[in-house]
Amino acid sequence: MPPEPSDGLPPVGATRLLADGPKVINVGLDSFATELASQDRAVVHVDWVPPAGGDPRIARLLAKLST
Amino acid sequence: MSTVLNEVRRGTYLDSVALMRVASAIKSMDGVDECGLMMGTPANRRIMAEAGVLAAEGETAGPGDLVIAIRALDAKVAAAAIAEAGRLLSRPKRASATGSATASPRTLRSAVSALPGANLALISVPGAFAATEAMKAFSAGLNVLLFSDNVSLDDEIALKTEARARGLLMMGPDCGTAIIGGVPLAFANAVTRGDTGIIGASGTGIQEVSSLVSNGGGGISHAIGTGGRDLSRDVGGITTLMALDLLDADPATRQIVLISKPPAPEVARTVLARVARSPKRVVVCFIGAKDLDLPRNAVAAATLEDAANVALGREGISSATPSMRPPIGKLRGLYSGGTLAAEAQLILSRAGLRIASNAPVSGSATMAEAEGRHTILDLGDDAYTIGRPHPMIEPAVRDREIVAALASPDCAVVLLDCVLGYGSHPDPAGHLARLVEARPPGGPRIVASVTGTDADPQPRALQVQRLRAAGIEVSPSNAAATRHALELLSQATPPNRR
Repeated sequence: MPPEPSDGLPPVGATRLLADGPKVINVGLDSFATELASQDRAVVHVDWVPPAGGDPRIARLLAKLST
Repeated sequence: MSTVLNEVRRGTYLDSVALMRVASAIKSMDGVDECGLMMGTPANRRIMAEAGVLAAEGETAGPGDLVIAIRALDAKVAAAAIAEAGRLLSRPKRASATGSATASPRTLRSAVSALPGANLALISVPGAFAATEAMKAFSAGLNVLLFSDNVSLDDEIALKTEARARGLLMMGPDCGTAIIGGVPLAFANAVTRGDTGIIGASGTGIQEVSSLVSNGGGGISHAIGTGGRDLSRDVGGITTLMALDLLDADPATRQIVLISKPPAPEVARTVLARVARSPKRVVVCFIGAKDLDLPRNAVAAATLEDAANVALGREGISSATPSMRPPIGKLRGLYSGGTLAAEAQLILSRAGLRIASNAPVSGSATMAEAEGRHTILDLGDDAYTIGRPHPMIEPAVRDREIVAALASPDCAVVLLDCVLGYGSHPDPAGHLARLVEARPPGGPRIVASVTGTDADPQPRALQVQRLRAAGIEVSPSNAAATRHALELLSQATPPNRR
């Protein structure tokens, strides 16, 4: 992919992230959520399990169907 | 004759760090030779087979099943170890990190409902599932920090293109560090808030620069991780360019430090053209890059230390390389941070040393050509961490290499890093100190740097004190440690006269 020049305008959703500070949905390593909580940061940990019995190909297909 | 015993828990998932912690506790039990707690993916089953802990039952596990695999002195010890692992695994998990006692949501969508105003997904699931979860996060309007590695280049391009179209930031994949609005995310340090923004393709690069700036009296507005491939020709710097837009518009950011290995030439041109339009000063630290054609508002920094010094307004006092006599004996660098290993190689090569590395930068050779050279190993590299924790999480994984270097007859100086902060081991200096305290006198000198701050969960001053008490010479930065190691090399006693 050739690099696309930036238009210089800050992206809206990302600007809000910097302005408001992160409110985090943690998906994966539980320790990341624990450490954020220990600092009184807003975080919710998702009790994630590998979808589709751990088959990434089927998981991807299921995600496409659900969106 | 030892006994191998396995238990398979069908449909049970725990993350790799949680499993490694339990495995580490089990391995320390009397009579336990080896222990593996892993999901039953084909790759993990292969690792357990090679480690001699996989029994017939473990071979039947699928990727959604947890395998507890023990090799022990006898059947009784093995059974006790399985029981203890079961006890540790069944300890109640903290249900939610919001302080409520309710069960954690099972999906990203329900988690968003549980946290009004959620704006960032921190994703660290196994790489094969990471892109799917990131795409779900974008659909929910969330920015993404993708910590997971093993995400394909095609997926990275698709994710970053999607994020840009939605006006969202996609940090990663393989993004180890970010600091947003003073909040350390993943592996990051507790730094002072201030007016320096960082855009970094590497986790330890961001950690070193942000800590040096903070320790030097400055502060960090935001540190945005991009992932190591962002400035490749294929990805085209999508995240770096968005991060420049963001920090340009951010009123808290006065200057920007840009850290990466050398970009693809066409991407470097695009990024530097964007830098030229910035109203802010940009410190460009493309480690190992030569002959950069920088715009007027940009300043080049050759090393991470240089970048921090320039950001602190201390231009020109840093990385001068000492003149030295030809070295006697060899230097062995054993690193947990990849960019710290790269910075050390650069400084040593500039001083005329012949370096070999498993992660060679320009001027270094590969380990196949290590004979007669000084060596710098990145022990956090994928080749060392398959089926094992990263050395920043579990410092014991570099013990063998450190012990071997200390016993090596041609080694004069051992150079180490010690990376603190959230995500890292609770006491890396304590571990290192205990390992080297028992060494015989007259061996190699040991030099280390400690990346972090006194506000970290492992306060830096105490970690430095612990290392010094064990006879380790501690420098204020990785670059300074490397220069100190160079000086010691030129003063070293020939190993055969020790």
